[in-house]
Amino acid sequence: MAQAFDASAQQALLTHRAEGALAMAKRLGADAAEVGASVDQGIGVSVRQGEVETVELSRDQGIAITVYIGQRKGSASSSDASEASLQATVEKALSIARYTGEDPAAGLADAALMATDLPDLHVHHPWDLTTDQAIELALNCEQAGREVSGITQSDGASLSSGEGVRIYANSHGFIGTQKGSRHSLSCMLIAEDDKGMQRDMDYTSARDPRELADPATVGREAARRTLRRLGAKRPPTGTYPVLFDPSMASGLVGHLMGALAGGALYRQASFLCDRLNTPLFPDWFNLEERPMEVGATASSPFDGEGVQTRNNRFIEHGKIASYMLSSYSARRLGMTTTGNAGGARNMRITAPLSTQASLLEQMGTGVWVTELMGQGINGVTGDYSRGAAGFWVEKGVVQYPIEEFTIASNLERMFADLIGVGDDIDRRGSIHSGSWLIEGMTIAGH
Amino acid sequence: MTEHTSDLQTAVSILLTPGGLDLDALESGLGYATGPGVDYADLYFQRTWQEGWVLEDGEVKEANYNIDGGVGVRALAGEKTGFAYSNQITADALMDTGRTASGIVRSGKRLPGQAFKPVTAASYYAGVDPLAGLSADDKVAMLKEADRVARAADPSVSQVSASLSGTYEVVLVNASDGTLAADIRPLVRFNVSVIAVKNGRRERGSAGGGGRYSMSRLRDEHVAERYAKEAVRQALVNLEAVDAPAGQMPVVLGAGWPGILLHEAVGHGLEGDFNRKGSSAFAGLMGQRVASKGVTVVDDATLSDCRGSLSVDDEGTPGQYTPLIEDGVLTGYMQDKLNARLMGMSPTGNARRESFAHLPMPRMTNTVMLAGQDAPSDIIKSVKRGIYAVSFGGGQVDITSGKFVFSASEAYLIEDGRVTAPVKGATLIGNGPEAMSRVSMIGHDMALDTGIGVCGKEGQGVPVGVGQPTLKVDELTVGGTQS
Repeated sequence: MAQAFDASAQQALLTHRAEGALAMAKRLGADAAEVGASVDQGIGVSVRQGEVETVELSRDQGIAITVYIGQRKGSASSSDASEASLQATVEKALSIARYTGEDPAAGLADAALMATDLPDLHVHHPWDLTTDQAIELALNCEQAGREVSGITQSDGASLSSGEGVRIYANSHGFIGTQKGSRHSLSCMLIAEDDKGMQRDMDYTSARDPRELADPATVGREAARRTLRRLGAKRPPTGTYPVLFDPSMASGLVGHLMGALAGGALYRQASFLCDRLNTPLFPDWFNLEERPMEVGATASSPFDGEGVQTRNNRFIEHGKIASYMLSSYSARRLGMTTTGNAGGARNMRITAPLSTQASLLEQMGTGVWVTELMGQGINGVTGDYSRGAAGFWVEKGVVQYPIEEFTIASNLERMFADLIGVGDDIDRRGSIHSGSWLIEGMTIAGH
Repeated sequence: MTEHTSDLQTAVSILLTPGGLDLDALESGLGYATGPGVDYADLYFQRTWQEGWVLEDGEVKEANYNIDGGVGVRALAGEKTGFAYSNQITADALMDTGRTASGIVRSGKRLPGQAFKPVTAASYYAGVDPLAGLSADDKVAMLKEADRVARAADPSVSQVSASLSGTYEVVLVNASDGTLAADIRPLVRFNVSVIAVKNGRRERGSAGGGGRYSMSRLRDEHVAERYAKEAVRQALVNLEAVDAPAGQMPVVLGAGWPGILLHEAVGHGLEGDFNRKGSSAFAGLMGQRVASKGVTVVDDATLSDCRGSLSVDDEGTPGQYTPLIEDGVLTGYMQDKLNARLMGMSPTGNARRESFAHLPMPRMTNTVMLAGQDAPSDIIKSVKRGIYAVSFGGGQVDITSGKFVFSASEAYLIEDGRVTAPVKGATLIGNGPEAMSRVSMIGHDMALDTGIGVCGKEGQGVPVGVGQPTLKVDELTVGGTQS
């Protein structure tokens, strides 16, 4: 990389800074305190129509401090690493804590829950990449896509590569740090016919650059995805089964986790309040979290409060087996933390898997959704209504591309009506899922 | 309106002095960024103080404070952009970031030096620190009032959360074309969200607003009470909502915040970058009819104290009133300097960036459809069966195909010219140019939103405003569940 980044030195520096902040908080009157800090550095290049468009070098840092005075809490953060700024940040957090109200649930996670098993999960794979090499990879990617016949324009290809260090420490004496890296390459292309322009994209993303897809493959896949959208029509209005493409299905898991999150539950802002141990999915469906998976996107041995992460099973034989809790939301609900402060890490589905072709066949006539638009998800009621694009399917065979329609139902009904899960698993993000076939959604088209 | 140049002194003392810099030092800083072959470079200094207070269960349980700042250095050569930034505002940081940014080109002519010209611009908001406008006790009291009012408004209210947030932002821009401009941008917002429970049904209602002014104005205008009542009213409406219809039908959009339709259906497609690249559904349509007669849409950064307003944009260009569509004909794009130069047009004061650590690009400020002649009641009366949508959650557009969506958070059925049952939030989908040509009635009740919009583009969020009168779109697709 163009700028030198010594992750180990940064790790030592952050540790020193976090310890200093905790000591300062204590000295200035905090009963307890916690600190999160990070440093990230990266390069991003984008090319368009065979020319370099942008070269960006980034370096971000931040430190966030939370202090407790009795049951009162105050937080402050800064991107300035100087000693003076650190002191100002701690003082500000303390001054805020004098105005917030007593909260019986406030405080650090229990000391006994602090992670003690802190293995290296191999999520740090820096890429020794020069700016010129980065540009060349992006150019190769775009070129492969533009060479595909029918592609009229490019919206560009981008490569980004970065690494960083994060730390979490609290006044129990817990210090957890992790070095990490993330590299990705994406390409978006445009094609045009007499009905107008269409665009679509493909990307590859990994913690280890050796696991990235070949740039030309990404470019060609972007071209294939763009071209197949040309000539799109609108589907008929009616009730049909919907096949969600893997990345769209991952979104459904995301909505589920949002509703299982302690913060939504204690605020009564979830459609899954008071539903523990009741059926939600068909009994063959299981969903679990594997936070200690080596090399995976979201792996970490400790959560956002230093609690040891664990393999949570959220859905077991179709039933809600666990909520997703931090120690604060757990206290509010009279439960114990599930080690999910900061969210879920590496979600995996266990279920009988089918090929995409057999899911299409099972679907018969319906809609295969490859893109969703907008924010039409109501987490309080589970009501779901989103813009979509994809393909019209009859007798299990793809007929033509479709666009400008909505799909609507309620998440609770959709989960119950899950018919099958595909083996076409998308492993690029932290939620790994194949396609989902869901019965009986309302399509609004022409 | 006051002359704007007085912000410059404040900005220098806040941004440059602490790191041992002054205006003279910027010349050498800019010198590093304008290496051989670079045809434009700028330095963007920024410091922000943000504060957020959150009430839950009748208590202010959380508050946070954030200080951020640094310098972003950009060098342009033709269509190429080199960019680097630093959290430090020092001579060393200017040298490092400047050299890195100008590294995109290694040969060519060196730009002649330009004398700095302080930009003269009108000021569309007062350069105050909005956080200092209220004491911490007053901030807590406002939040508690919202809680009290919401709980007293209806027995079905089971949860109330309220938030008060504010940002004090100071920026200074110095560019190789001689631009020297500063801006002090206050921004505040108050929000109330409630959950109401009745007969086993649970619904949310929310309301909020703010603008570029001091937090004290939020108190003086009694927004805690107003938004608490409004959030409860919306939740109660939603408790009675029936399933929304599915299919194509006329849609009447209420005045104000529903202007998000313009933002998605038209606004993004008229940003200069997408049109230069030819990736917008509106590309190449300048001077042509793209909307019904009577439709006039402007981007207006000059609205006093509005959330999206800008005295100067993030390249130092004064904020402007930019007509985009006039009487249905496409007449303007929103431009930053890069895209304006490459398209042979003038910048329109629409260059915006989330922070010093992000690249500027053409963005909307306050996007507004001007008032028409129709009475809102006549517009409702004209619809046999359709939807009347008065509040929205959010929207999205694919600028290339022109498809846009936006999701209603408060909507009603219209049956035989009368507003009847409330319907559950449904997503509306359409095609930008098509929807604009189906606008058949425009109300005389133009209103701005209350100041809640955040627009995202390429991962960067910026505050925006929208506004419109009540208007009728003859046909949009409504994404309900009743087919």
